[in-house]
Amino acid sequence: MTNAAVHLEGQQHSLHAHVHDALASGATHAKGQQHPIKLYLVVWGWLFVLSTCSYLVDYFGLHGYLRWSLILLFMVLKAGLIVAVFMHMAWERLALAYAILLPPVLVLVFVAIMVFESDYTHLIRVISFGSPT
Amino acid sequence: MAETALTNTGESPARIEGLRGIAADWSSDQRAFKNVSWGKAMMWIFLLSDTFIFSCFLLSYMTARMSTTVPWPNPSEVFALTIGGKHIPLILIAIMTFVLISSSGTMAMAVNFGYRRDRAKAAVLMLVTAAFGATFVGMQAFEWTKLIMEGVRPWGNPWGAAQFGSCFFMITGFHGTHVTIGVIFLIAIARKVWRGDFDVERRGFFTSRKGQYEIVEITGLYWHFVDLVWVFIFAFFYLW
Repeated sequence: MTNAAVHLEGQQHSLHAHVHDALASGATHAKGQQHPIKLYLVVWGWLFVLSTCSYLVDYFGLHGYLRWSLILLFMVLKAGLIVAVFMHMAWERLALAYAILLPPVLVLVFVAIMVFESDYTHLIRVISFGSPT
Repeated sequence: MAETALTNTGESPARIEGLRGIAADWSSDQRAFKNVSWGKAMMWIFLLSDTFIFSCFLLSYMTARMSTTVPWPNPSEVFALTIGGKHIPLILIAIMTFVLISSSGTMAMAVNFGYRRDRAKAAVLMLVTAAFGATFVGMQAFEWTKLIMEGVRPWGNPWGAAQFGSCFFMITGFHGTHVTIGVIFLIAIARKVWRGDFDVERRGFFTSRKGQYEIVEITGLYWHFVDLVWVFIFAFFYLW
């Protein structure tokens, strides 16, 4: 452990040289999350395209399942690009990625519960107060 | 020595592929996140908890909207603006989305230049990010003012279900607060980058730990998260 720490400290001092080597050789993965600027610009471009697409869904007034599937598709793609590339999750060790990304997925269970619950509340309101929408 | 090991962001120990590797990391002695510093791990865990907070807001909004028998106001119309005599639906929100995405792009590049120790570019890009963030908050203030003038209140509005106002102010208000805190955080770190604190490893006044360029990435994580939350708010609140 001590040896490893000394080794790493030495490496940090030569970080500058390392980074330049990495850039010169066009490597996409070096120390401290070094990726070519072009990658960020491409992702940025895609985020613009996807946002425009989801805006156009509303602009053209699409409805029903088509609207919902398109909105959710664009949303998931945008979220995925941001987390994977901008937040560098694609290059992190799986131990971190799973610890952070799995728990939010479980929120979907909560969503399902609340969908049933609100359907039930809606039904009760319609029965008790009349005037369904 | 212990500090070096904890703040090191460099080479990771050998890695076993797949689930076996996760089990190996988690069952190993002392540290589960092998090549991730405490600062970055803590920011990720904070962001995870913040995800649950925003999830609860969006869920309560979904429940209110699905269970009400009164028609929900149409966001496409509520957030429309008349520009140059033309009535454009949801245009303000679209512009806000593009502003926030642009700020994420400049932030990602600031992180990159930080690790390359190009402190002028990193600091300038962080300040550009902060400027985009401030623009976003300004537009949100405009949007709030417009809606309040039109009579939207947390307990009612002229167009339909009363819960519209409370959901709107709660969700966008909490998000706007996050953006504001992010702008302050960005300016504080940009000042340190500009001054060269991380080149000379100047110790922080509060933690007395050696300053490292990794803090730029950690600030970036928070900023990208703010953008990420907006993606969900945009889809669920404005496009539903």
